[in-house]
Amino acid sequence: MGERQKKGTDILWLFKMAWRDGKASYGKLLLFIFSIILGVAAVVSVHSFSGLLKENIALQSKALLGADFVIESDKPVNERVMGIMDSLGGADAKEINFLSMGAFPGNEGTKLMEVRGVDGDFPFYGGLEAEPPTAINDFRQNGALVDATTMLQFNLKVGDSIKLGAVTLPIAGGLKTVPGSNSVFGAIAPPVLIPFTYIDATGLVQTGSRIDYKYYFKADEGQDMEVLNNELDPILDDEDADIDTHVSEARRMGRRYENFGKFLNLVGFISLLLGCVGIASGMSIYIRMKLKSIAVLKCLGATKYQSYLIFFVQIACMGVIGGLLGSLTGFFIQRLFPVLLGDLLPIDVGISLSFQDVVLGLALGVTMSVLFALYPLIKTLYVSPLQTLRVVEERVPRSSWTTLAVGTGIVLFVLGFSFWLLGDFERSLYFVIGLSVVFLILTGVAKFFMGLLKRFFPYSWSFTARQGLRNLFRPQNQTLILVLSIGIGTFLISTLYFTKDMLLQKASIEDSANSANMILMDIQNGQADAVSNTITSSGLPVIDLIPIVTMRVERLKGRHVDDIQKDTTSQVSRWILNHEFRVTYRDSLINSERIIKGEWPPSKDYEGVAISVSEDFANRAKVNLGDQVTFNVQGRIMPANVVSVRAVDWSRLQPNFSVVFANGVLEKAPQFKVMTTRTGDDVSSAQLQQKLVKAFPNVSILDLNRMLTLLEDILGKISWVINFMAFFSIFVGVAVLMGAIYSSKHQRVKQGALLRTMGAKGTQILNIISIEYAILGFLGAFMGVVLAVLANFLLAWALFDMTFTPSAIPFIVIMPLIILLVFLLGVGNSLGIVRNSPLIVLRKEKE
Amino acid sequence: MSKILKVQHLHKTYRSGEHDLTVLNDVSFEVDSGETFAIVGPSGSGKTTLLGLCAGLDITDQGDIWLCDQHLASLDEDGRARLRNQKVGFVFQDFQLLPTLTALENVIVPLELRGIKKASEQGKELLAKVGLEDRSGHYPSQLSGGEQQRVALARAFANKPAVLFADEPTGNLDDETGAKIEKLLFELNKEQGTALVIVTHDLELAQKTDKSIRLRSGKIEESIS
Repeated sequence: MGERQKKGTDILWLFKMAWRDGKASYGKLLLFIFSIILGVAAVVSVHSFSGLLKENIALQSKALLGADFVIESDKPVNERVMGIMDSLGGADAKEINFLSMGAFPGNEGTKLMEVRGVDGDFPFYGGLEAEPPTAINDFRQNGALVDATTMLQFNLKVGDSIKLGAVTLPIAGGLKTVPGSNSVFGAIAPPVLIPFTYIDATGLVQTGSRIDYKYYFKADEGQDMEVLNNELDPILDDEDADIDTHVSEARRMGRRYENFGKFLNLVGFISLLLGCVGIASGMSIYIRMKLKSIAVLKCLGATKYQSYLIFFVQIACMGVIGGLLGSLTGFFIQRLFPVLLGDLLPIDVGISLSFQDVVLGLALGVTMSVLFALYPLIKTLYVSPLQTLRVVEERVPRSSWTTLAVGTGIVLFVLGFSFWLLGDFERSLYFVIGLSVVFLILTGVAKFFMGLLKRFFPYSWSFTARQGLRNLFRPQNQTLILVLSIGIGTFLISTLYFTKDMLLQKASIEDSANSANMILMDIQNGQADAVSNTITSSGLPVIDLIPIVTMRVERLKGRHVDDIQKDTTSQVSRWILNHEFRVTYRDSLINSERIIKGEWPPSKDYEGVAISVSEDFANRAKVNLGDQVTFNVQGRIMPANVVSVRAVDWSRLQPNFSVVFANGVLEKAPQFKVMTTRTGDDVSSAQLQQKLVKAFPNVSILDLNRMLTLLEDILGKISWVINFMAFFSIFVGVAVLMGAIYSSKHQRVKQGALLRTMGAKGTQILNIISIEYAILGFLGAFMGVVLAVLANFLLAWALFDMTFTPSAIPFIVIMPLIILLVFLLGVGNSLGIVRNSPLIVLRKEKE
Repeated sequence: MSKILKVQHLHKTYRSGEHDLTVLNDVSFEVDSGETFAIVGPSGSGKTTLLGLCAGLDITDQGDIWLCDQHLASLDEDGRARLRNQKVGFVFQDFQLLPTLTALENVIVPLELRGIKKASEQGKELLAKVGLEDRSGHYPSQLSGGEQQRVALARAFANKPAVLFADEPTGNLDDETGAKIEKLLFELNKEQGTALVIVTHDLELAQKTDKSIRLRSGKIEESIS
């Protein structure tokens, strides 16, 4: 009982001592807590927002789909599918949709639009919103609901007309939202809703047109969507149809945002890690200052664990406070995400602070701060009480196994947490390795720099220069921690900048005369010459005339697709088995292609039908050089042999193909054409579009310049969020920097005051400090940018498959700004040393 | 009278660079309870090392020390810490107050370590005894040297120790303050029956003690009773 009471007292006493010590050192501890708050806020905000987005998508899944489930196909459904739908009680609504040019006779405007012919009460759930609201019923008789933004763009009003193919309809209203159309695609081809009965009359359903047939259903109460999906999906697959339930739609949409969320989570996690590095280094300086006190405590009878636990409790409490405030800050930050992401989000996300978020923040705050403070904390165990009698500071030994254990603990935690965020061990491992490499390089550079300075110290330089340089490697210097925190922050921001730059560069259209910036699709065989004449008569070139034949895979290596579908062990992708391929024929390669296996064109003496497949096709179909792929070319069975595999850069804004036939095989097959041209400016582009839509209403036109602007806009929005998170790292870096400066201030103050006592002028001391921080800022920022360049070279080589030319912006804008920030913070924090007399400074410092 | 401290054939060697440096060489002496004892000698004679060993702050190479009937070599670091907490008080030349704790908090640390509940009240009494009742909430940096040493004295006597080790207790103080501290030290020794072991350069102070030894190069040069 007595022992138990003693233990109770011990714990209380530990907290009491931690509080007493903490309140006297609150300035330093506040900066550590600030680092934890920012780091935790970064992780919690992203993690919580990703979760909420997923939750909201699941909650609003019916509204997103507009129905409980939908059966769809890219061709008119056959008897069997009809039978299935009848057995389900028949579709409650149906839709046909395709891309086509819409013309506005009132003002000669044209635009590629997603034409959606609907009947029935679609949508059954959620948002079909229009202006005026009555238009959602009015259009169903004889009218069109045109995307509201397009109406604004073309200055259209209710009652104006829209011409789709051969049909002209009055505009019943502006379409604000409709299930099944998203804002990203909607910016390329905005939706227009028309009555289903007008679809045939448009005359736009022709050979080669990509048409989707959708049948919308309301489920019976309690009907299990998963069961329905599992039952019908394989049957419908056989009939080239597909089922999407609101549950699977939510899952699919959730996945789309998941990767971006995971990436942002990692950026947030790096901020937290950076904060932890700050804690480790700050605590190291802090504990060093406490060694004498610990020796006194031991003298007074405190055991080594008691003196250790006082500071452990202090750190853990800092973690709790940091975790809680971090969760709260995270909650406020996530409110900014919908603003930053804007219409990239498919739904409105209600922001809330959940109990799990608080637990996550708390757990992260405590675990990370304790884990990273453990190494400096271990020192307290080895402090000898003899230090109270000795003036000389004893070197505190630490066993190598404790160092190893703490290091392993940190690596395992970081790996574990990354795995929890990413859900993929391999990627988590790469993340940890990558991060470790960056840490190691920055540590190596900082140490190498200090060694270099010591070895080749410029003794002949001026007093201030020598003192400034000495500060970089004297005992208790800040070189390592500042190079690490500045370096990682700069590395993150620069890497993100370079990557965004690279993505845009990759997507951009070459600015040369023979690069197309307009693609004309769905040109029927008999229209090709006339379309070509229209283009050339406008003074524009026809760059490419690409024939397109639609076909499906019939057999792979002699095996029928039906057999492969039934084979549960088959690894052939369903996309290969079900997809209707649009293939072309030519005896050459285009600039987005390169041969990785075999040859193209095939040798002249090659007998048989030769095809070249994309690397992606080969991987998914599990075919290689020499393998036979049999196609069903609109009823005619055609065996072909793979003679080459091509790497295709799909991100190029130009027509690319999975399968290319050699010349001399498909010329007589039913086909349509794609034509490309290059327009000079927006006016000539609009004029050509008007001419083409008038003469050839079935031809769809893709304006690549418009798409590129859209891509830039999307990347701009995404990079806003990424930059926002990266700036978080910089904020954490600033907190770490201030913590490091503040922690080591006593050393600097003493040195400055002593120098002043010996006659140094205030400007000399300021110069010494300026030199130190300018070099630290430069070293950290420069290494950060250099590492970012290296990382992007790797990304360009391994991921984007392109040559990386670094932009100058990180060198001329980001780097100088960060150097300036470090310089101002460092020098600003030390102004007190030169403003006051040495005596006041030393006394103040003692307090 | 029982022996509060018994030192027999004490040897201590430190490694200094490539060489071994013998700091204490066959040192033996005894201190009775309630007795005052001085260790004098020039700088580098091994006084402070001897004090550290006697208080269990360090371990011997050879020889034995019994402190309050406990053989120090048989105790581990935490055992020696507990013994210090229960039986030993310290006064240092540079006061060694915990800078982040107030005067009162400094005084009550040894009491709290023993789990005493009304530590604060006892602490205030102790501060009053050394004339600092109105300075209890001040931090060490807000106190003068003499005041800091008085707080250190109050802390040293907080646990009513059997023995108090003082390392140059007046070394950092002016004569007047030093004399006051000295007086306080002996008064408390008388009041509480605490044995005093004082390391000092000050021969006048040494003469006021019951017994003393003079160290030179780690050996006892002279014992005075």
